[in-house]
Amino acid sequence: MSYAAGTADGGEPVLSVEHLATELEGSAGTLHAVDGVDLRIARGETFAIVGESGCGKSMTALSILRLLPEAGHIVAGSVSVNGTELLSLPEAAMRNVRGRRIAMIFQEPATSLNPVLTIGRQIAEVLQRHTQLRGAAMRARAIELLDAVGIPDAAMRVDDYPFRLSGGMKQRAMIAIALAGEPDLLIADEPTTALDVTIQAQVLELLRELQRKNGMSILLITHDLGVVAHMAHRVAVMYCGRFVEIAPRDEFFRAPQHPYTRKLFDALPDAGKRGTELSVMRGQVPSLAAAPPGCAFADRCDFVMPRCTEASPDWTPLGAAHEVRCFLRATQPAGPFDAGSGAQSAAAPQGVSAELLKVRSLRVHFPIRKGLLMRTVGWVKAVDGVSLDVRTGRTLALVGESGCGKTTVGKSILQLIRPSAGEVGFDGVDLTRLRGAALRRRRADFQIIFQDPYASLNPRMRVTDILTEGMAALGTEAGSAAMSRRADELLAHVGLSAEVKERYPHEFSGGQRQRIAIARALAVRPRLIICDEPTSALDVSVQAQILNLLKGLQREFGLSYLFITHNIAVVEYLAHEVAVMYLGRIVERGTVDEVLRTPRHPYTQALLASLPRGDVEVGAEFPRLEGELPSPADPPRGCHFHPRCPQAMAECKLGYPDAIRLSESHEVSCLLYRAQKR
Amino acid sequence: MIVVLWTDALLWALVAAVAAYFWHVHRHEHLAAPWRRVLQSSAGTMSLVILAAYGLVGLADSLHFRPAIGAAGDAHAPVYSVEVLSVLDLALAPLRTHTETTYSAPLATRAYARETVELGGGRVVREYPRLRFGGAQLAHESDRDRDIARRIALGAGAGVALWLVLVLSLLTAIARRESTSPAAAWHAVWSGRTRVAWRGALYAALALLVLGFAAASLSAEYHVLGTDKVGLDVLYLSLKSVRTGLMIGALTTLVMLPFAVMLGIMAGYFKGWVDDVIQYVYTTLNSIPGVLLIAAAVLMMQVYIDTHPDLFPTTAQRADLRLLFLCIILGLTNWTGLARLLRGETLKLRELDFIQAAQAFGVSHYRIITRHVLPNVMHLVIISLVMDFSGLVLAEAVLSYVGVGVDPSMISFGTMINAARLEIAREPMVWWVLVAAFVFMFALVLAANLFADAVRDAFDPRVRVGSGVAKAAT
Repeated sequence: MSYAAGTADGGEPVLSVEHLATELEGSAGTLHAVDGVDLRIARGETFAIVGESGCGKSMTALSILRLLPEAGHIVAGSVSVNGTELLSLPEAAMRNVRGRRIAMIFQEPATSLNPVLTIGRQIAEVLQRHTQLRGAAMRARAIELLDAVGIPDAAMRVDDYPFRLSGGMKQRAMIAIALAGEPDLLIADEPTTALDVTIQAQVLELLRELQRKNGMSILLITHDLGVVAHMAHRVAVMYCGRFVEIAPRDEFFRAPQHPYTRKLFDALPDAGKRGTELSVMRGQVPSLAAAPPGCAFADRCDFVMPRCTEASPDWTPLGAAHEVRCFLRATQPAGPFDAGSGAQSAAAPQGVSAELLKVRSLRVHFPIRKGLLMRTVGWVKAVDGVSLDVRTGRTLALVGESGCGKTTVGKSILQLIRPSAGEVGFDGVDLTRLRGAALRRRRADFQIIFQDPYASLNPRMRVTDILTEGMAALGTEAGSAAMSRRADELLAHVGLSAEVKERYPHEFSGGQRQRIAIARALAVRPRLIICDEPTSALDVSVQAQILNLLKGLQREFGLSYLFITHNIAVVEYLAHEVAVMYLGRIVERGTVDEVLRTPRHPYTQALLASLPRGDVEVGAEFPRLEGELPSPADPPRGCHFHPRCPQAMAECKLGYPDAIRLSESHEVSCLLYRAQKR
Repeated sequence: MIVVLWTDALLWALVAAVAAYFWHVHRHEHLAAPWRRVLQSSAGTMSLVILAAYGLVGLADSLHFRPAIGAAGDAHAPVYSVEVLSVLDLALAPLRTHTETTYSAPLATRAYARETVELGGGRVVREYPRLRFGGAQLAHESDRDRDIARRIALGAGAGVALWLVLVLSLLTAIARRESTSPAAAWHAVWSGRTRVAWRGALYAALALLVLGFAAASLSAEYHVLGTDKVGLDVLYLSLKSVRTGLMIGALTTLVMLPFAVMLGIMAGYFKGWVDDVIQYVYTTLNSIPGVLLIAAAVLMMQVYIDTHPDLFPTTAQRADLRLLFLCIILGLTNWTGLARLLRGETLKLRELDFIQAAQAFGVSHYRIITRHVLPNVMHLVIISLVMDFSGLVLAEAVLSYVGVGVDPSMISFGTMINAARLEIAREPMVWWVLVAAFVFMFALVLAANLFADAVRDAFDPRVRVGSGVAKAAT
């Protein structure tokens, strides 16, 4: 028995998995989705599995519950819960385990709840199956559970249908359903990935609190090292269906041992790495179909030795409960981890440059139509008076939670959505006044990169057609030979070979598709690129490649970026200026240092406090945020933020505060800083 | 004299368009892939072979001409018959010309009804008279069963022999292409390991060849499916009906396609008032009972035809115009379903990032629709076309039965059924006309439906098994 597979405190484990192996029959052959996984989770412990997409994390969880898809089957190993072997149980007995002994919550709360049943009914389903409660007692218990997960007015909410709940509330309801059977183990598969940071912080806090109260064990599956730092007691890193490192949390963040783990940390953007290139792994995650002998990471490892490709390394114990599967560490354990180890590169152009984009009181209002005659009964004020500036060769990050209108700002600057009011000055020309051909002529100057690399390329077009479309439409190159040359050039810029031109998008990975999307935007030689969350659908290692690419292109071509994101770490790494948006308005803006080091607006402070980080101490400084983003159709009177603001005053309800200048570049819209008004 | 009927011209244009489409598909890997999946399914190839057989019959029946009648006047102006014939009629000449006086049962040698026959010397008897053609070559009627068995065996034998030749040439072709031995190719074909599911195609071909040759060898001397009220061979009628069925299915599609695709995509893409107008039109159109609309339109057409007899030199041309008009009116009432489907899909597509990216380049609406939207809804168009086809064949039968379908002089499944309907009630029952129409139509519609299923499985991204697994693995 491997040492690290034991529990931290040596007690009887709640869950014990040994040599679990799961295979999936795919069209490309058998995939070894889980390839010999050992783990033990003690009572009250949170065990986190981290890894990039496709590494087999979710398959591990589904194998434990025996809920594999049709093509999957468990080929070896054992899974026992409190000493009961699960893999040999008949299906009928297994149903008593699911929900009662092990419960699971999923990533997407919107699709995990049945939309035609009330929340109460869905909780009752579990109670009926696993408890003796019936009738009024059952209802009372359902209300109690909703109360326990922090849903206000639980007695009323119990009769609501899922569509009445917001995303965060739905995830709370999911947790209530999972808790209904009083499970010993909760499997949380990316429980907060679909949620905003402030909501994520609330849900993670809730899980920790429930764990403290019930002594429940949690198997947490995530790709987010921040969440791990926040939640886990022990961490396992998964790569290609295997654990490569298991360590206690502090040990893991202080001195990760496996080269893959260290690369993952290196690839994370943050303020410390500004002006440097993020370290990237070469190559791609190998296919799970081909299981070569030896270490699966060997092809991408900087320290690869001849024996790495010959035999699979066994566990090497390294101090208290820390184990790693690497030949290198058997002889030479690594020291503490130093984050800022990337290669230094030339800093971005400094000094004041010319203003390229000047947006003034931009408004985008969508009518709400109701009734037979579709009369307008109100307006969704998606963007309500936004002003911002982007300078040549600089990056402005627009930060905010989903639904705050940041994507709408991007699209209305491009005139893909026509603004209701305001000015979009680009190089001195107001784009909102341009129509037809006049606007088309300017379109070459500003382009956009989207979030989802799968939706942003037409699956029916070859790469060359995708790249030349813009040139043909805007006539930026003369003749097809010039367009073809330009396409080769673009592919070289984004690090793809010219041979890919004849291929279709489905033949590329997410990161490669995003490169093609960037090449397409560059095709018409734009001066401004609006990046709409370009890395949030990508894995950490791929994100690092794309961020490096964007940074390099900015340096090379003097591009300006309007970088729309919710990922503060990316902002710290890439941006020069930041604007924080809340409910259609910008509440604070300034340079990265000003806004992220000395945030003034209570919302900015709360947003930063909600970030789960490796260095956990940060969390204490600012208060966490309660509640959720109000509807932009009916924003609160006065300051939009006052209902959630911990420092709200009576005057906050009276009117929306004007922007107050704190320094040359720092502005905040909050009454707290009235006194400093100049 | 060659006669080009309107429907002939349109059908051949459609054939050319389909050929051009497949040539285009052949050159584009991503377009060819789903069709290759269609060919991978046994049901797909099997139904394709059957549909091809129907198609051959229909196309042979769409090459029309008027035969010259022996020079009545001077040689410079040959006189043509008023009867329009097709290539199929030539091939089936014995069937067409061997007419009896009235009903006779399948493979019978005597008529179905007793007649008063005058014998020499003024004697009159009522008996079942011998048929003029059915089994006329038999010296003794008692030899009939043996003769039939012999002919079936001969025909089936010829069918099997031809099939074996087909199999052998296929195997050598496969073996040469894959550079293996014919024996290996044989094993691959019968265990279903080839890239095209030849096994299904070969089964269907065997069935068709055996049935076809047996029927051909029998029909030289017998009426395989009997004769109808005026003594026409029912097998001939059934084969002639195939063209009408195919024509209705194919031409209606051709008529409705531009409406459905253009209006559906426009409604979804432009939204706003364009969408409102198009939705209003198809909701209104959908609320009118289809049969009423068709009846009114066809009757109007009939009045026009009747008042302008000078426009139509032959009855075939009259009937053809009515068929064309029926196709048009069916097309006009049938586009709404596909249009609604395409509108929904386009509404979804237009919000996708790649279309937004194209808009950011200032690409024109026309180019966005043709390059970005249309290729991404083509699978829906293809699926719904093959699925609608069988429905339209059935619709023709119903409409002709009701009397608002094709011209009564035109042979179709509907007119066959309509003519047979009263005879069902008589005693003894005349069943073979109805059964023949049923069997031929059933085989066509079943093949079309199976093919539609295979096409849907291959084109619909949601039913693909491979992608489901890949998704679960992430």
